[in-house]
Amino acid sequence: MAEQIPLVDYLVLDDGSPHLIAQECKACGARFFDRRNACAGCFATEFTTVPVATEGTVRAFTIVTFAAPGIPTPFVASVVDCDGTQVRANLINVEPDPEHVRDGMKVRLATYPMGTDSAGTEAIGFGFEPAT
Amino acid sequence: MTASDEIWILGIRMTKFGKHPDLDTVDLAAEAATGALADAGVTMADVGVIAAGNLMAANAGIGQQLQKQIGQTGIPVYNVANACATGATALRTAIMAVKAGEVKYGLAVGVEKLSGAGLLGAGGRKKAEADVWAPAGRYGAVAPVDGRIGTEAMPGVFAQIGTEYGHKYGGTSFELFAKISEKNHAHSTLNPLAAYQKKFTLEQIMNDVMIAYPNTRPMCSANCDGAAAAVVCNGETLKSLSLEQRRRAVKVSASVLTTDPYEDGCQVLPNVNTLTRNAAATAYEQAGVGPSELDLVELHDCFATAELVHYDNLMLCEKGGAADFFNTGATWRDGSTPVNVSGGLQSKGHPIAATGIANIWEICHHLRGEAGDRQIENAKVGLAHVIGLGSACGVHILEKSAA
Repeated sequence: MAEQIPLVDYLVLDDGSPHLIAQECKACGARFFDRRNACAGCFATEFTTVPVATEGTVRAFTIVTFAAPGIPTPFVASVVDCDGTQVRANLINVEPDPEHVRDGMKVRLATYPMGTDSAGTEAIGFGFEPAT
Repeated sequence: MTASDEIWILGIRMTKFGKHPDLDTVDLAAEAATGALADAGVTMADVGVIAAGNLMAANAGIGQQLQKQIGQTGIPVYNVANACATGATALRTAIMAVKAGEVKYGLAVGVEKLSGAGLLGAGGRKKAEADVWAPAGRYGAVAPVDGRIGTEAMPGVFAQIGTEYGHKYGGTSFELFAKISEKNHAHSTLNPLAAYQKKFTLEQIMNDVMIAYPNTRPMCSANCDGAAAAVVCNGETLKSLSLEQRRRAVKVSASVLTTDPYEDGCQVLPNVNTLTRNAAATAYEQAGVGPSELDLVELHDCFATAELVHYDNLMLCEKGGAADFFNTGATWRDGSTPVNVSGGLQSKGHPIAATGIANIWEICHHLRGEAGDRQIENAKVGLAHVIGLGSACGVHILEKSAA
């Protein structure tokens, strides 16, 4: 099987089913998707890597129909509340219109192939799809 | 509080907002600055400090460029940049210098050339088509994330801020947000300095080009050119001036700048709510006035979706009640709390660094009774609000002179 590489380093593909990870402050539990020298909430300096829930609820969305050059439209941008952790992601595998996308809808993490490079490595992106 | 603690706007001016193909940023800044100085009845010889902002060329030293255009006196210049709150930050910087007693008169200037700028915030990291996927940046991304992991363009970011409000409190819809835009465009027809003075029907707004649902094109702030400037002094200085200057001076009852405190999710979708609420609470306390006493409000309607949440953040309505508040007609110019009678950023326009002083100019114009056809009768107290993503929020409360 060809090798895979995630779109971002907080998408984990090689440890069980695909999931996101966050850096959690050991003192107050605040979560960050990239490195912090100290917690933005409580200034503590120790963090631990934790998995983020793969199911969640859409708490904000927009359907982008006009974007910067090179970005395919339309797409659905959203913030998904994954068991208390807010995650920025596109909603995928759903019709990008207001009839099919609603705030409060239940969604789950899904991955998709983004293409293969000259070394045969396939990049994998992620989004959230409706959980039926 | 003694007179030396009081801060007054002695002179203020905004240029016409819109397309100025024949004027560069220095020309526009000079027009606003010399206008504000003349309005104040002082000259560059009197000014002790300049605070200036031009966000899109923040490293170009607009303050010193302006000095070379209108008067080089060797005074300190603070070039400031704080996203869309740049103008308010410049004003606040000038106010702090006066308040500290270091200078008698401070000049604040904001200017931007933004006609035809297109989408702001979008595109993210530019990356050539890679031959091999290579992780880069803080997230180890192998490709640009804008469009793959949400949106970085402003219309979509603020659209989510609006839909999030609906998620929390209900009562919102595409039509409701479009009606807010309908109000501001209607207001703009009375403002000769607005970039656009065109009335739209609700149907026209809803059927226009969708940018990021629920924001259509007329529901987005208009990129344009413009500048605004203000001269400030303290009450002690004001006492020594003419009756005419004292009569037209506008009291700055509150001047507040905040940033966003940490909250869950605030680094995922910018939280424009808490810092605005904090700024407003501090401002009301400083000024000793409440939201119900405001005769008019200019708030940061960079998108129709943003105006709604700021009714709530500025405590113009009950918490969670912004949709109902708007539906009563309260924020139309004949309502109980007129909001954005200038036309707001959606029609007056949003030359970024100028905005935070231009909205104060609008309030001053009414408090001085000089607003002509769009005058809010007997206006005595007003509030101006701006927010820059990242984030920074400026709130100023202004009061009519008793002189």
